[in-house]
Amino acid sequence: MVTFTLNGRQVEAEEGSTILEVAETYNVKIPTLCNHKALEPAGLCRLCTVEVYDGRRTRFVTSCNYPVWGGMEVKTDSEDVIRHRKMIVELLLARCPNNEFVKGLAAEFGIEATRFKLEEDDCVLCGLCVRMCAERMGVSAISMTGRGTDIRVETPFQIKSDACQVCGACESVCPTGRIDVREIAKYEPRPLLSDWEVGLQERGAAYMPFPQAVPLAAVIDGEACAHVRTGNCGVCREFCEAGAIDLDMKEEIIEVEVGSIILATGYDLMDPSPMKQYGYGVYPNVFTSLEFERLSNATGPTGGVILIRDENGELTVPPKSVAILHCIGSRDVNHHEYCSRVCCMYALKYGHLIKEKVGHETKVYNFYIDLRCFGKGYEEFYRRLQEEGITFIRGKAAEITDQAITPEEEGKLVVIGEDTLLGKRLRVPVDAVILCMAMEARSDALDVGRIFGVSQGADGFFLEEHPKLGPLNTATDGVFIAGACQGPKDIPDAVSQASGAAAKSLALATLGKVLVPSTISWIDPNICAGCQTCIGLCPYTAIEFDARRGVSVVNEALCKGCGSCAGFCPSGAAQVRHFNQKQIFAELDGVMDAISAVGI
Amino acid sequence: MEDYEPTIIAFTCNWCTYTAADLAGTSRLSYPPNVRLIRVMCTGMVDPKYVIKALLEGADAVLISGCHIGDCHYMNGNLKARRRVKLLKELLPRFGFDEQRVKLTWIGASDGIQFAETITEMVPKLKALGPNEVRNQMVL
Repeated sequence: MVTFTLNGRQVEAEEGSTILEVAETYNVKIPTLCNHKALEPAGLCRLCTVEVYDGRRTRFVTSCNYPVWGGMEVKTDSEDVIRHRKMIVELLLARCPNNEFVKGLAAEFGIEATRFKLEEDDCVLCGLCVRMCAERMGVSAISMTGRGTDIRVETPFQIKSDACQVCGACESVCPTGRIDVREIAKYEPRPLLSDWEVGLQERGAAYMPFPQAVPLAAVIDGEACAHVRTGNCGVCREFCEAGAIDLDMKEEIIEVEVGSIILATGYDLMDPSPMKQYGYGVYPNVFTSLEFERLSNATGPTGGVILIRDENGELTVPPKSVAILHCIGSRDVNHHEYCSRVCCMYALKYGHLIKEKVGHETKVYNFYIDLRCFGKGYEEFYRRLQEEGITFIRGKAAEITDQAITPEEEGKLVVIGEDTLLGKRLRVPVDAVILCMAMEARSDALDVGRIFGVSQGADGFFLEEHPKLGPLNTATDGVFIAGACQGPKDIPDAVSQASGAAAKSLALATLGKVLVPSTISWIDPNICAGCQTCIGLCPYTAIEFDARRGVSVVNEALCKGCGSCAGFCPSGAAQVRHFNQKQIFAELDGVMDAISAVGI
Repeated sequence: MEDYEPTIIAFTCNWCTYTAADLAGTSRLSYPPNVRLIRVMCTGMVDPKYVIKALLEGADAVLISGCHIGDCHYMNGNLKARRRVKLLKELLPRFGFDEQRVKLTWIGASDGIQFAETITEMVPKLKALGPNEVRNQMVL
């Protein structure tokens, strides 16, 4: 520990620390430009200059890299120090007179104009980009070139670098916005799109999954993180005050023993791109329902302001008219025959939100087959929206085009459809289109189903044990299903089903016993030859081989009594109780005797 | 053989075809009375022995019917049945049976109409095939 004076106050600090670090712990502000927590101090900008008195004379040193020693007297805001700093800023202002960051810095120091010759530059030569690239990324794709007044930040020979890993770290630390990774890298940077915002917004490699995430903790995308990919960087660790970042974490498989499992794997929104007639991906203002949900959401990319894309693809313009196309991919023999259940109601909600947020003069057209407002308060909501002036056109829209045939269609998307109630063909010009896409089973539902022994229905969703008597159960005991993985459903239904599934699994837990059906297989140990054919056939892995006795044994808790083993058993040892060979043969005899006795 | 009425023994799975037959009944569908159902839990438990036994006892045909592929209540029992019936059909001529006397269909629980149609189609075909004479010819 060393003791010294900081602005006339006795302070203590650890040996080896710099004046800047000590000042920070004592809440003394020293302005910096080229200092960065994750980088070694360089003393390049000299904005952190302070006055040090060693008992004999006064010196001006850069506080960022000047180590403290006992007995020194430091002044961070003496008149001389401030005069020094002002000069530095004034020179910077002369170098970059049009840069917003430098202008802001000058304003902080009360400098309005500079006395020196004006130059046209945007770089303050703080070297943050160069040091970040070299120290943290280990790449050195850019460096300071030239000498004296010609010093610049450049790639070698001013050609686009193929050493650059396009991480964008240089761009992120540049205070003035001078650095553009596109000018440095040979390869085009790929934006990292947020899954949560369905690609409407970019995110970093370290990000919050979504605003209400539980636990509300940041995650690191291993595929994008420079540290995971190259072993360098690790800048985030310097900034996390809690020290919560463990970049060496490896993925691990955790085995948990449980009594029951609830599958609530949800659904996938159908991809509209193959349906060329709706022009998704071709016309920028054709949105899926989920994209529009984010656009209208207060935590979404536009902060809840409903905006559509301008000619540059940026979300800036409020729409004047919107068409909402129902049943895209649902109730359609070419795609999914089922009804996705939720679209009618969220389409109504969207109409309401557009009217409320964009303005009542905004036109909303709903192209529907049938409006199925089946829930509590839903029909009333539909009626209210009719009164709000939303247009409902009965007839599924056939096509979206940008080919105008009348002047009012110029520059708009035209929805071509038919009003089946009027028996009239329609062309409706609108600014934006929302496609109410079908809910479909998760793309990996087959694999998940295999793992948990749950089969899929013809529509791909998980099959419940019985539509009325076992809507939460599956063919495998102890595995329950909840939510949209079982079929399209809205939030109230999903919550009810999930609560039911939770109660079912709790009931199993409190009971502590399992009831097994009486119709299960049994392998007669006196007959079984131990061929183990049945073990491979059992879909529930209920048969094990007892090596000591040399016979296969049925686990009665797992067996469902399908009889796959009984049908194949070469020796007839495996039999399903109540359906064994003797009983079936007796049944056959009885049937045939009756027929021969009385005829058909 | 004007008044010959074939006998069909149907091994029907508890979850699909047995329910479909029930549905055919409750829907008041009419189909020939030549069929006798034997309920099994799954077509996967139908041992080839049962089929041959039924034919030997004098049945003119055996129908094995279960859930549609992918809909099996026990995940894949019907796939096992399909494999087994294919092999069985190859063996049948050696026992002296025409392979048309064994039929495998998938009739889902809601397909009552299809069940009635299946039986309706089978009966005239069996009449054309003639009665199962094998029983009389074989020395049991």
